[in-house]
Amino acid sequence: MERIIDMGGQRYRYRNLGALMAQATPLRSGDELAGVAAQNAEARAIAQWALADVPLADFLNEALIPYEDDEVTRLIMDRHDRNAFAPVAHMTVGDFRNWLLSHQADTATLQALAPGLTPEMVAAVSKIMRLQDLILVASKCEVVTRFRNTIGLKGHLSTRLQPNHPTDNPTGIAASILDGLMYGNGDAVIGINPATDNTSAVTTLLKMLDEVIQHYEIPTQSCILTHVTTAIEAIQRGAPTDLVFQSIAGTQAANEGFGINLALLKEGHDAAQSLQRGTVGQNVMYFETGQGSALSANGHHGIDQQTLEARAYAVAREFSPLLVNTVVGFIGPEYLFDGKQIIRAGLEDHFCGKLLGVPMGCDICYTNHAEADQDDMDMLLTLLGTAGCNFIMGIPGSDDIMLNYQTTSFHDALYVRDVLQRSPAPEFQQWLEAMSIMDPQQRLLVGQQLPAAFQQALSP
Amino acid sequence: MTKHITAQPSAKADHASPVTPNPWSRLKHYTDARIGLGRAGHSLPTEAHLTFQLDHARARDAVHQPLDIEALSTLINERQHRAIPLHSAARDRAEYLKRPDLGRRLSDEAIQHLDQYRDTHREDCDIALIIADGLSARAIHDNIAPMLDTLLPRISEQGWKLGPITVVEQGRVAIGDPIGEKLKARMSIIMIGERPGLSSPDSLGIYFTWAPHSGRRDSERNCISNIRPAGQSYAAATDLLIYLMLEAERRQLSGVQLKDDSIVDSQLGDGRQGNLLLPH
Repeated sequence: MERIIDMGGQRYRYRNLGALMAQATPLRSGDELAGVAAQNAEARAIAQWALADVPLADFLNEALIPYEDDEVTRLIMDRHDRNAFAPVAHMTVGDFRNWLLSHQADTATLQALAPGLTPEMVAAVSKIMRLQDLILVASKCEVVTRFRNTIGLKGHLSTRLQPNHPTDNPTGIAASILDGLMYGNGDAVIGINPATDNTSAVTTLLKMLDEVIQHYEIPTQSCILTHVTTAIEAIQRGAPTDLVFQSIAGTQAANEGFGINLALLKEGHDAAQSLQRGTVGQNVMYFETGQGSALSANGHHGIDQQTLEARAYAVAREFSPLLVNTVVGFIGPEYLFDGKQIIRAGLEDHFCGKLLGVPMGCDICYTNHAEADQDDMDMLLTLLGTAGCNFIMGIPGSDDIMLNYQTTSFHDALYVRDVLQRSPAPEFQQWLEAMSIMDPQQRLLVGQQLPAAFQQALSP
Repeated sequence: MTKHITAQPSAKADHASPVTPNPWSRLKHYTDARIGLGRAGHSLPTEAHLTFQLDHARARDAVHQPLDIEALSTLINERQHRAIPLHSAARDRAEYLKRPDLGRRLSDEAIQHLDQYRDTHREDCDIALIIADGLSARAIHDNIAPMLDTLLPRISEQGWKLGPITVVEQGRVAIGDPIGEKLKARMSIIMIGERPGLSSPDSLGIYFTWAPHSGRRDSERNCISNIRPAGQSYAAATDLLIYLMLEAERRQLSGVQLKDDSIVDSQLGDGRQGNLLLPH
């Protein structure tokens, strides 16, 4: 449906809701590359006025990508909960922003609302919000998930320990795991990006992580970030698999580019659940996303990258994941040009995911060809911590020697926990204390000596 | 006044130092990961922080350093090959970074240049060899001479006819497709500066494509990555490339279907070997 707004004696027309959403999106290079961005700053600001006037209910009647063409649209529409939507059903996007910021929208109210919201609604409202709005509203949300520990409770911040090595060398990986554990990291997951998708190699890594977790009785879970089909095969071969990983996107076409569809994700989910390896819960999926992935896979349908990213969370939500990670600065400057764009995107993704009821974490990261540096990452880290982000990455010295990008370090996690009074997952915190890695005030204890249980690592 | 500064901000942690070193720092022997950095409170010690800043500066410089066309042409001529300098459709680095599509296409001048070459050189070739800056000109400057000296003799050994060596500014991997097509080459090899890592600003990548033409998908190429003095050796990269080319000639294709799936279960162990976290 065409939409029209008259502003300052000028008439502005939008071909359809998707075009309006794209023009209202804060500037980013990926939308310019796709040719969907507003022509100039004024056009963008006017599109935001027009978007604020759109009733939320319109998103249920006007699919951005046709229902017949796209299984993600079908998932969003078919799963929409009209009863949960009722409290905001009469609102426009602009009203919805006001209501979200109001004291009426508290934690319990937002949790009850989540099944009534679609990705397009939350993406729309995010486009007319400042960073402080995104932070304030997200900080009111609470999405808690469980496997061998409890992630996402208010006042807690977890980390993925990411011990990547360019050749999957077991000693090199073990050295990075030790480093991370001694810095109190690893409660979200110990997760490796393997150098190969080979099922046997993946199985070997799964066994390695399983033995470490069992030997030290660490209340955490492992994951090898390989294609879902490889994980299913590994499970069939008896590999000790905690979490099944997959990169996902917000359109059927982009997911096909990843070699997946909803049926395959369900198969992966069911395979992991059949093992019943969780002790306090059975959230068994780990998803990664990122703005720009749909354009990169040539499956964007003329929709802006932030809206498509929010649609990926509807895919995630369907499979009750333990962790959803927006890998915000990994894709490169053709999608998010600089620190400013990366920071905003990270906060938008976290906000949209949380409102939809998804356990959002963020890989706060950048590549060396983006206009960004450690100062930008410190800003995003501090802001996401304030917003109540469920988890971040932890890697030795911020340097991923396998994927060639920079993400947050073990030290960074301690910084943000200290400055914002956040703790690790409660079960993991108890373990850190029992192992004499941290004291009850969350100060690291490890000095000249390794804790007793770990001394064998340095014995010849 | 001149003061000589030693580049060791906190040379040794002693009793009075606010830095807590990590007793496992000797495990650095097993990985390039930045483990065992120690801590000041919970934060990075000065030395580790400044090391990171210096490495990031080097990686940034590698992205923005221009390709030295003249030196590369000389180097190629010295090896008895013709060098053709070309430019992609991306005018400068800023445009290159924002518009990956332009880095995959030749500029109008470059197309003319190749057409003129073809007017006077009608003979087809087996291999189009392309050198492109990609995201690190430094990777080319540091690695191209030893890489060519290892590879070129192996190519002549196989009896393959090498076309002119093109040197492309602001090029991405897929620019090898229109070049290979214009030169009527049966295969293309592109040597390109990879996205620089913090610990690897000098990493060279090689992409191989059978029957190059515009519109080839990335899944139709094979990649050999991380070629640099501290990474994959020139000899190992050459061995793998020659293997892929022979296989491609036999099967008349390249890409995922040529995937080197040579890992066998017996090489992998059970996950215990080398795992220093388990009792040994």
